[in-house]
Amino acid sequence: MSDTTQTGPMLAADGTPLKRSLRRALRAQKMRALALIAPLLIFVLLTFIAPIVDMLFRSVENQIVGNTLPMTVEELRDWDAADTPDEQVFRALFFDLFLAAEAKEHTKLGSRLNYEESGISSLFRTSGRDVADIGEVFQDALEEIDPAFEEAQVWAEMMSGGAGAEANTRLLSNQIGRLEQLESSAFNGDIGFVPGAEISEILPNTARAYAAFAGFTYFVDGDVVAEEEPWEAVYAALAVDLEDPATATALASYSGPSADMLRAAAAAELPPIDMKAAMIDSNKDWARPNFWETIQTYSPPYTTGYFLNAVDMEKTPNGIALRSEDERIYGILFKRTMFMSLMITFSCVALGYPIAWLLANLPSRTSNLLMILVLLPFWTSLLVRTSAWKVMLQQQGVINDVLVWLGLVADESRLVMINNQFGTIVAMTHILLPFMILPMYSVMQTIPQTYLRAAKSLGATNWTAFWRVYFPQSVPGIGAGSILVFILAIGYYITPEIVGGTTGTFISNRIAYHISSSLNWGLAAALGTILLAVVLILYWAYDKIVGIDNVKLG
Amino acid sequence: MKLTKTLLATTALTVAAGTAVTAQDMANSMTIVSWGGAYQDSQDKAYVQPYLAANSGVTATWDESSAEAVAKLRAMNEAGNVTWDLVDVVASDAMRLCDEGLALELDHDEVLAAAPDGTSASDDFGDLIVSDCFVPQIVYSTTFGYRTDMVPEGVEPPSTVCDVFDLAKYPGKRSLQKRPIDNMEWALYCDGVAKDEIYDVLGTDEGVDRALAKLGTIKDQVVWWSAGAETPQLLADGEVFIGSTYNGRLFSAIAEQNQPIAMMWDMQSFDLDGWIVPAGLPADRLARVMDFLKFATDTQRLADQAAYISYGPARASSAPLVGKHADLGIDMAPHMPTDPANAGNVHIYDYEWWADNRDDLDAKFQSWLAQ
Repeated sequence: MSDTTQTGPMLAADGTPLKRSLRRALRAQKMRALALIAPLLIFVLLTFIAPIVDMLFRSVENQIVGNTLPMTVEELRDWDAADTPDEQVFRALFFDLFLAAEAKEHTKLGSRLNYEESGISSLFRTSGRDVADIGEVFQDALEEIDPAFEEAQVWAEMMSGGAGAEANTRLLSNQIGRLEQLESSAFNGDIGFVPGAEISEILPNTARAYAAFAGFTYFVDGDVVAEEEPWEAVYAALAVDLEDPATATALASYSGPSADMLRAAAAAELPPIDMKAAMIDSNKDWARPNFWETIQTYSPPYTTGYFLNAVDMEKTPNGIALRSEDERIYGILFKRTMFMSLMITFSCVALGYPIAWLLANLPSRTSNLLMILVLLPFWTSLLVRTSAWKVMLQQQGVINDVLVWLGLVADESRLVMINNQFGTIVAMTHILLPFMILPMYSVMQTIPQTYLRAAKSLGATNWTAFWRVYFPQSVPGIGAGSILVFILAIGYYITPEIVGGTTGTFISNRIAYHISSSLNWGLAAALGTILLAVVLILYWAYDKIVGIDNVKLG
Repeated sequence: MKLTKTLLATTALTVAAGTAVTAQDMANSMTIVSWGGAYQDSQDKAYVQPYLAANSGVTATWDESSAEAVAKLRAMNEAGNVTWDLVDVVASDAMRLCDEGLALELDHDEVLAAAPDGTSASDDFGDLIVSDCFVPQIVYSTTFGYRTDMVPEGVEPPSTVCDVFDLAKYPGKRSLQKRPIDNMEWALYCDGVAKDEIYDVLGTDEGVDRALAKLGTIKDQVVWWSAGAETPQLLADGEVFIGSTYNGRLFSAIAEQNQPIAMMWDMQSFDLDGWIVPAGLPADRLARVMDFLKFATDTQRLADQAAYISYGPARASSAPLVGKHADLGIDMAPHMPTDPANAGNVHIYDYEWWADNRDDLDAKFQSWLAQ
């Protein structure tokens, strides 16, 4: 070419390479455009995308088990699900449950696990009440040995290992981290207590229980640690530590605060520790291996359990299996929702097409009147329209009365037209009809009438002219209306609830039930996610088959 | 977090002790959540308006959201912005809210007024305090009403719950609530299970099948309702012959609208409705709501409420004070579910049992309905 003399990049007027200068100019333009749409973008992100992401997340989230019973989950990891777990697991459960009961989080976990296994809810509720009594046995025994065990100040000093002792800050921050997870809030600040390194080596359980108590007392109760008598769980933990003969040996050479008192306690006879018996005594269901299995199965922080439930499956010890026949419901409901939404869409096309054609082709005075008739029900309350159908369709209703009066139907055999699929389809077709007519009308308006006349003048019959010339041009309107009606129908809730009876309800009625009544939001989220996925797949299929470019909303 | 909790604790204590709380420490407005309709009106007339009259400058706003209270409270709690001060819920929802930590646990003897004769609040309410978070107001029942003009000729009007299952003697449609609670118990009772064994039987798979099989004998003839107003409407239109609903709804259809409907109290299912205070209220709002709660649940106020609606007051000491209907002037006592003439054979619904088994049975029940 001609620029053989110039080898470097093309330069702009100010000497910078043209490419870079162009990019800079474009970037500024892009930023300006972005700034203009930013309010909308942020609005959509906050009010639309974020809730959907949150919902998707809820359908797999399951951190509550691990957060509430961390030690139990750890101990259960190697449990083989054959028999009731051993004492070690029950001890972990006792300490976990004690803290959870103090924080009033145990019943939440109970209701969560009750979704998977009936009966767990009351198991946690009753045992949460009893854990204090179980621990009190050890508190009484220790206080009998030395009344100083009652003193809050003595405990605080004993567990801190005395002034100037080496501190075990890791233990404390671990326990505070645990409290943060349990209470779902952040705790910062100096609680005025640090466990001593030596004493927490000798009495590991006691130090852990006391550190949890100290953190809870300061952050949640807002009290001073050294002024509060420890929980019963701390005494139980001390009993557990003293049960080990090695503790007495270690204590013999210990010289921290209250060393004598601890040595006396180690030498004395304490009540035997049998947490397994105590917990089973509190509620005999703790002996049932299937309850433990549920806890073990649902201990990971994320679960597929909700999704399995949403497709009528469940986790069993032998893997994933279909639920028993009398518990399957969601498969039926998904199929029914699809089928009925399609029926409603077809009825809307069949009823809406002629009306849209009239609207587009009548002289404007008549078509305006017709338009008002289409829009009038659109402006009426949804509930009023649905209830009106009840009055029309019920057995003692207007339609049946007229049919009986005409002698078409015998008084004893009045037609059942409501509280079934028929009622839902009729009422929803009526309610969704404007969503079909309006897009069809706006497309038909753009089809010049001269085309039909031209076809006819070239010898086409009325039918051929319509079918070969007019109809293909109106397809984008049908497509837009169908997508609109179908997607609205699939998520409809109030109309099926009122006129659907038992055979005409949709999946959305179950979603509503789980959101507002059973509070199983995880399952509701899973059902909602599946519904969303189905709609997206159908949309994609529509795009592949008909082409989304063929859709015209106006 | 810490500060609010401390404040909460201290205010709760001071309110409880009834000392040192002056009107300045209390918020001037309350948002009270209830069910709307005649029931909310009865609350408004019996204690909200009297309270506002006695405390000038205080306003109360109603929110008719009790039906979705549990879900909404949970959402508010997650969002960290609880806008409600006092919520009217049924007992089973109160238990659930308490379990979820969404309702405040109360010491009934400290926060509620004692009976005029000095009986402590917890003794006066007795067993009706089914949860630590719950302050009962009324006893209502789910019971049956039937069309008097649709009773077949020459046949006695229905007198037991088992007549609902007797299609030969009483043909026609029935309306039942679209949930397993009560229906399963009635079905087992009419299938020959002794009343005190119902929950033992229902706790087994065979028992559930048995109850569903019994319900199956009338399934074709049942209209399932989900809102309390449906049965009175179905009865008034002659759509059903007999149907279950809340007794207060039937009372207004019979006494206020003069419909040809009569009550059938046999095996009526007692349930409770009452207040909960949401957890996590700021101190001034908590102080106000506690002050109101003490007033609104005292013996006289609960008895006053019975002049507007036929639900039994939850306090034992209120029962003798129940008078006449405020507008109709009829004696209210015979219309109370707790009246001895009506309470000959009642079904006491087991909250703990249903809290445990509700999800499981609901799945089976819904699956049975869908088939």
